[in-house]
Amino acid sequence: MDTAALLIIEVLNGIASLALACAGLAIIFGMMRVINFAHGEFMMLGAYTTVVCTKTLGINIWVSMLIISPIVVGIIGVIVERTFIRFFYGRMIDTLIATWGLSLLLIGIVTAIFGNIIEGVSAPMGSFEVGVYNVAQYRMVLIGIVILLFIGVFLVLTRTKLGLIARGTMQNPAQASVLGISTQRVYMVTFAVGAGLTGLAGGLLAPISQVIPTAGAAYVAQTFITVITGGTGAVTGTLVASGVFGTVRQLLSYEFTPVLGGVGLLIVAVVMLRLLPQGITGKIFRRSL
Amino acid sequence: MFDITRRGLLKGTAGTAASLVAAGLAASPKAFADDDEIVVASIFDQSGGLDIYGTPMTQTCELAVEEINAAGGLLGKKIRLIKYDPQSNMELYAQYAQEAALKERVDLVHGAITSASREVIRPILRRFQTLLWYSVIYEGGVCDINNFVSGVTAVQWVKPMADYGFKTHGKRCYYIGADYNAPQIIGKWTEVFAKEQSSEVITKDFFPLDVAEFGPAIAKIQEAKPDWLSTCLVGAAHTGFYRQWYAAGMLNEIPIVSVTFGVGNEHVQLSAEEGNGIVSAQPYFQELQLPANVEFVKRYQERFGDDAQYLNSVGIGGYLGTMLWSLGVKAAGSHEREDVIAALRSGDIAWDGPAGHMVVDPVTNHVIQDMHMAECQNQTWNIFESYSQMYPSDVIDRCDLTKDPDMNAHLEPII
Repeated sequence: MDTAALLIIEVLNGIASLALACAGLAIIFGMMRVINFAHGEFMMLGAYTTVVCTKTLGINIWVSMLIISPIVVGIIGVIVERTFIRFFYGRMIDTLIATWGLSLLLIGIVTAIFGNIIEGVSAPMGSFEVGVYNVAQYRMVLIGIVILLFIGVFLVLTRTKLGLIARGTMQNPAQASVLGISTQRVYMVTFAVGAGLTGLAGGLLAPISQVIPTAGAAYVAQTFITVITGGTGAVTGTLVASGVFGTVRQLLSYEFTPVLGGVGLLIVAVVMLRLLPQGITGKIFRRSL
Repeated sequence: MFDITRRGLLKGTAGTAASLVAAGLAASPKAFADDDEIVVASIFDQSGGLDIYGTPMTQTCELAVEEINAAGGLLGKKIRLIKYDPQSNMELYAQYAQEAALKERVDLVHGAITSASREVIRPILRRFQTLLWYSVIYEGGVCDINNFVSGVTAVQWVKPMADYGFKTHGKRCYYIGADYNAPQIIGKWTEVFAKEQSSEVITKDFFPLDVAEFGPAIAKIQEAKPDWLSTCLVGAAHTGFYRQWYAAGMLNEIPIVSVTFGVGNEHVQLSAEEGNGIVSAQPYFQELQLPANVEFVKRYQERFGDDAQYLNSVGIGGYLGTMLWSLGVKAAGSHEREDVIAALRSGDIAWDGPAGHMVVDPVTNHVIQDMHMAECQNQTWNIFESYSQMYPSDVIDRCDLTKDPDMNAHLEPII
């Protein structure tokens, strides 16, 4: 019984961290169709922001993770979009190569500043007991934050004028600009929000992972696979795909090894994309976001 | 169709044979271009994922060369150090080993960090008759007259860890390690040592070097309820384990006894409360209160200033290996490979350095040395137990270089 509870928490946790890592990409790639290969590096920048704020500047860890990291990475997102990404809209392969270059550049810059050494912050709060087992409280809080985050994103996209304009612009930029909307600005803001969410993910995951300049590489493949499997409804699709992949990966990692967990995730992804080539939301939840 | 004639074939093979002979001639006898100097090549990763180990090793190797030169050099000659950076890349290891042996004609290659990289350059240097010194703590088992090893082996290094764990904490050990040859072989050795204590390793789990999420692993360990946990985690990503272990409130629930905790300076990178109480078995700690070590740490910190790192059993290897080799050269009165090997294998090479008394053993080409157990407290090490002059007897039943100098192998434990 205790074991089952522990396992359920682990699975929820796996789903939450995957969904969190994917949130920004769901917007930048899922909605805007911009292949951002520097996604992992945006997370890494968010993590470094949290580390620097808490360790060097002595700012409260929650403020660093929840407020400063997304703002800093959001601003970096605006700079990158203005100087770089906007020239590549609609050219997927070019974007891929350009953002790959960007990821190498960001790794290089961070290495030059901080050195190739491990940084990190301790998880806030202690642990609690599930029967005879111990679980970190922070992991539970993380699950809660991810649920709130996705509800928030969903509400902004469906219930606000901003969300309507963003969705309209992504669906039909020409029509949107005829209606007097500055599509350039909408793209910029959307990219910045996506980058900010990625920074938030980096900050929140910093206490439970290590922070090094190359930390982003571990996230790129799994987040892209998840968002692609999610399909056109970026938010719902990402959430459902995270649910499936997170469960498979955590259960296999628990029962066997993390290697098999990773392999299992890929096998499920291949099978799902074979059965649902348009992604999950191409077949079911079709009207969703 | 290929038109093969007897004449053509003969010409072709003769040509190939001639060029092979020419290459062989170029490679074997050492024609010293400049006989005023002795040349040493260091091959340690100073960039890429392994630079946390390679940078201090290069520094300490450099310091050893500088100190020897300042004291008048070897045999009246200055040592010239060529520093190669293989960038954590196996292909570059092969390339630089060949370059050092064939182009630079070095007297010694001091290098390799992981066992995987050592097994890349060891055969190359053996083929080109260039001496190799390996100075990293490792799983043991190298049996090659051309390769001296000052890193401790499983029997010297893992056995104290296992004995301590089984005696202090209990008979059921859970083992986790990185997923490559060294931690896997160390896992096998841990099982061997468990049997000696009539104890058992209940589970062995291995994680690829890039795994950073240990949630399921921690759940699994809790469920298995071992008496203690033995860790052989390696590299930056795996540091996350200790952080997550602490966050789960497990730090004092199941004790950790490790062979690798601290060699990547994990104890400084983690906060004090995340590392407190973890026990590590190492042949060297910066905190060793030997006069030679206190002096050495001071010299190292003065020499490298802000770039000086917390010295651990891996980082100091560059110094220990170079110094032991220099004793061999002095004893031989020559820097020719055969003479140096003979002198190093005489059994008379003994030295009191920062890591205590060290003796080069002729049977194994390894080094007899001290071991220490220490507990991490507030980001420093409290040494609480020491083992004097451990002998590297790992595979002595199968490897005796005095009887069989042509042995060339990397032996694993037989279970």
